[in-house]
Amino acid sequence: MVQAVRKEPVGVLKISTTGRYLPRAVNLCCCMRLVVAGGTKVLKQLDEIRERAQTAVALAVNLEELESLRVRFLGRKGEITQILRQMASLPPDERPPVGRRANEIKEELDRALSARSEALLGQTLLAKFEREKLDVTLPGRPVRIGHRHPLSVVQEEIEAIFLGLGYSIVEGPEVELDYYNFEALNLPKDHPARDMQDTFFISDDVLLRTHTSPVQVRTLERMAPKLPVKIIAPGKVYRRDDDATHSPMFQQVEGLAVDKNIRLSDLKGVLLTFAQEMFGLETRIRLRPSYFPFTEPSAEVDISCVMCGGEGCRVCKDTGWLEILGAGMVHPRVLAVSGYDPERCRGFAFGMGIERVAMLKYGIGDLRMFYDNDLRFLEQF
Amino acid sequence: MRVPLSWLREFVDIPVSPRELAERLTAAGIAVDTVTDVGDKMKGVITARLSGVRPHPNADRLSICSADAGGEVYEIVTAADNVFTGAVVPLALEGARLADGTVIKKARFRGIASMGMLCSEVELGLEDRSPGIMILPPDTPPGTDIAALLGLPDTVLAFDLTPNRGDCLSILGIAREVAVLYGLQLNYPPVLESEGDEAAGYIDVEIRDPQLCGRYAARVFEDIKIGQAPLRLQTRLRLAGMRPIYNLVDVTNYVMLELGQPLHAFDYETLRGRRIVVRRASPGERLVTLDGVTRQFDREDLLIADAERAVAVAGVMGGLETEVTPGTATVLLESANFDPLSIRKTSRKLGLRSEASLRFEKRVDIEGAVRAAGRMARLVAETGMGRVVPGVVDSYTVRPDQKTVVVRPDRLDQIIGASVPGDKAVKWLKALGFGVRKNTDRLIVSVPTFRPDVSIEEDIAEEVARLYGYDRIAATQTYGEATPGRRPPVETFIRWVNRFLTGLGLTEVVTYSFINPMSFDLLRLPQDDPLRRVVALKNPISEEQSVLRATLLPGMLEVVCRNVSRRVTDIAVFEAGRVFKPRADGELPDEPLKLGMAVAGKEPRGWESPPRDMDFYFLKGIVEALLDRLGIDAVFRPLQTHPSLHPMRAAGVLAGDKELGYLGQVHPEIKMSLDLPNDVILAEFDIERLLAVRKVAAFRELVRFPGVLRDIAVVVPEGVPAAELVDNVKTAGGELLRELRLFDVYKGAKLPECTRSIAFSLLFQAGDRTLTDTEAAACVEAIVNRLKEKCGAVLRW
Repeated sequence: MVQAVRKEPVGVLKISTTGRYLPRAVNLCCCMRLVVAGGTKVLKQLDEIRERAQTAVALAVNLEELESLRVRFLGRKGEITQILRQMASLPPDERPPVGRRANEIKEELDRALSARSEALLGQTLLAKFEREKLDVTLPGRPVRIGHRHPLSVVQEEIEAIFLGLGYSIVEGPEVELDYYNFEALNLPKDHPARDMQDTFFISDDVLLRTHTSPVQVRTLERMAPKLPVKIIAPGKVYRRDDDATHSPMFQQVEGLAVDKNIRLSDLKGVLLTFAQEMFGLETRIRLRPSYFPFTEPSAEVDISCVMCGGEGCRVCKDTGWLEILGAGMVHPRVLAVSGYDPERCRGFAFGMGIERVAMLKYGIGDLRMFYDNDLRFLEQF
Repeated sequence: MRVPLSWLREFVDIPVSPRELAERLTAAGIAVDTVTDVGDKMKGVITARLSGVRPHPNADRLSICSADAGGEVYEIVTAADNVFTGAVVPLALEGARLADGTVIKKARFRGIASMGMLCSEVELGLEDRSPGIMILPPDTPPGTDIAALLGLPDTVLAFDLTPNRGDCLSILGIAREVAVLYGLQLNYPPVLESEGDEAAGYIDVEIRDPQLCGRYAARVFEDIKIGQAPLRLQTRLRLAGMRPIYNLVDVTNYVMLELGQPLHAFDYETLRGRRIVVRRASPGERLVTLDGVTRQFDREDLLIADAERAVAVAGVMGGLETEVTPGTATVLLESANFDPLSIRKTSRKLGLRSEASLRFEKRVDIEGAVRAAGRMARLVAETGMGRVVPGVVDSYTVRPDQKTVVVRPDRLDQIIGASVPGDKAVKWLKALGFGVRKNTDRLIVSVPTFRPDVSIEEDIAEEVARLYGYDRIAATQTYGEATPGRRPPVETFIRWVNRFLTGLGLTEVVTYSFINPMSFDLLRLPQDDPLRRVVALKNPISEEQSVLRATLLPGMLEVVCRNVSRRVTDIAVFEAGRVFKPRADGELPDEPLKLGMAVAGKEPRGWESPPRDMDFYFLKGIVEALLDRLGIDAVFRPLQTHPSLHPMRAAGVLAGDKELGYLGQVHPEIKMSLDLPNDVILAEFDIERLLAVRKVAAFRELVRFPGVLRDIAVVVPEGVPAAELVDNVKTAGGELLRELRLFDVYKGAKLPECTRSIAFSLLFQAGDRTLTDTEAAACVEAIVNRLKEKCGAVLRW
């Protein structure tokens, strides 16, 4: 087998394209003359063979030809071998120079053959490559790419931030008891603040949860009186509202931390960390006093506008701030109904709309796009 | 709540610009939504008396008015139909500027030159809509600048108040906040004191249900002249969002806006027996309300009655019969306090929500009733509307207990996370109207009646924190025990499935949990199908969204339809979400998590070869990949009973005896009724069950000895399912059969009818030695024999 060991890149090989025919007929008569030749003569013959062989190798156009040249000159019955065999008939003192010379020529020829074979091999490969040429500018075979829903992506990002802060993920039912959705959250029946959340009812006591806050109560009930409690509760929520800025179903993430000495300033710290992780380290937050029946004190939380950085633009309506979530210190009544003594522990809670975060993150203007499931929309994420 | 700044300035001397004020209030929890300047651009609009109105000769809808602007008379063409000779109206002559900045030019209308325009409330910036030209009081002098008469320009703050701050539904309430924030004096508006007891001779008040009506104060006004209220007062009402009607009603509204106490005026002459009785309605009792509608009541509703009959729905709306009319001479004014819950229930039931009920629902300050009546009396007297009968009839049955909150200043600091100077906190609380008494290291805080939202220490903490400034509170980190953030296994699993399927080219969708019950018929569900047992909403937005889904199928189909309708026909989607299955009464529904998939159309098209259909086997490949990756050894069984699927192209998927889900092609009838261009393949799995049967990957030693690869093809009757062959190959192949791949199915002329050829590639390998050809041949023979015996298979090659 011919193994090509290329030392130079294919492109720099020199390729001979001349001379296809070999002077093959001459050889036989030369051999016959050897019998009578003397030492000097033999040397001459060797040089003549060298001359012819070199020419033949240089003119060889393929590997087969080279192989036959190797056999003809260097093989067991090759011309040089034959001359060496005749050495016995030479006077002993003439033998060494002939032998030396013959070996030199053998080596020289061997090198020439290898070099030529290497050159030819490069030439053949190149031709092969030429035949195998691809138009690398043609597009590849198309692959169907799946896309995650932007709300999934954002929810997972939010979860990752809070998991890192030591919050566990907890889930609760979407069809919920009035008790957990309202009453236990300090919103008794006929409380005016129930108007803030227009509710889908299944029966008098069963409804579609209007926020993820019932998970707070369920978790506290389950954990009481263990401290600390640190959870987030993502999930779908429902309100009887359907217009350009409302969807009857949307998604929230609730957060709750209860421990011996939780302060409003801690809430601010956690939310600042969240905002900076989510929207960039330069993000600032602002808390404004607000009202939720299940927190006291309560706050509405803004982040510095992600579009203009707080300079004022169309997105933030020139205020420099974007409202992003509601929060506050857990109302002592909520702690008490769930089995915690509000004199011995305090907590904070917050709730944010995942759509809102996603809209800010991706610059989406219409909330309803999330539930339209137009693939041209979904394939952008 | 909309507050004209000029009005607010009567209560408190505002030291900053309107926008600064708005920011400061917002930062203190009294959120200002918008700040609007009104009339600042208006210039040169004057009053004029119309000395003549005649029809336009060339246009039916136009009139030509002669407007006398105090000497000069101008011809003005107008399209309004409420102009009449003698009317005093606003006139914008050439060069005058309207509230929106428009400059008036001379114009010709159908051949008649108009020297300017007559203005409505809209052009003056007072309202968004108006039926015609603004008609000014007849005694308004012509030729006067209208802005000065109206009290313009002004600036209006629109508040977005939280429901706990009912006290701020008044100029007084807002002014109190302003006074506290800037350390200013709060000036109460002047009232006409109720000296004397003449009024008692006019009326008796009896409160029969003190729980629902804690106080009822009444005053009487005589010799009332009904007409327009003073222009400035009208302007303020308009800027506050109320439409002026006539002086008496306007003033009751004015006082309500000012002090937050709703007032109601009765025509005294229509009241029978000189009596007011506050009582619950008797069942079925009726009353025709101001809007002309006959309303019916029950024991839950509180009514105002005279000696004989109901005359008003307490706190919600007056009765038509006792309404003040232009002919009214004597007025009985009601300034009462009603139970918030009762008002809320009644107004909801009647579908009547008024400015009054809105305030009563949030509890009106019971201590303010007499002051409001006195303020009204003052305005009646000041505007010359009539004579105030001295005295007030004040039935104050239930005086509320003084509410106190014990406050520990150090605890306030702990809640807030800041050290608020104690003297500051006390100062702020006092300015807000709280009484503060020091008791050793505690504060005894008494809560004023106008702040029913404050009852515990945390409420005081909020008051102090918001005045201290939320922005001054530091951002700190919670300290305490470290907690691991845990994720429920099913959550982790869904995330994983989500990534896996998107990796295989499916796109995630999220559909609504509610569906249209009509979809059951579309899905061909029989009447008794369990999927028809759904959780229904009592108050859906529409029939299309009236029940909760028990399967993801309808949502999946809707996604396909919606995209097809938008000319996106190559669809491959999935959704992971809850479905809802009703349980026994009193129990919340079960909410199993489902994984739905739908594909339709073709795989993406390249330039090499035509794209393949995303058909049954396409989706099955994905399902198999998913199950395989989960280490679930699943079985696919023909499923002919699913009403929504093609009976011959559907499979149930099982792991052992556990049903995991199904996949199949949508029934041709459904495809037709939805007018879909391509077959849709659907699949639905139970996520919790997948999670339960999945196996965590376990390492198997790699086999180092070479195996023997053999391909065989067998001809079997068509009815033999491939799975049966596979099972038999596996059984017969035993432990040495390391891998099995079904790589060819052939049907055609070379084979007997009703048969097909199925080819397997088999890899035999032993874990402890190099397998010989003889051993492999024995295995193949055993397999072929078994296939022959069990499936009637004939070896093809």
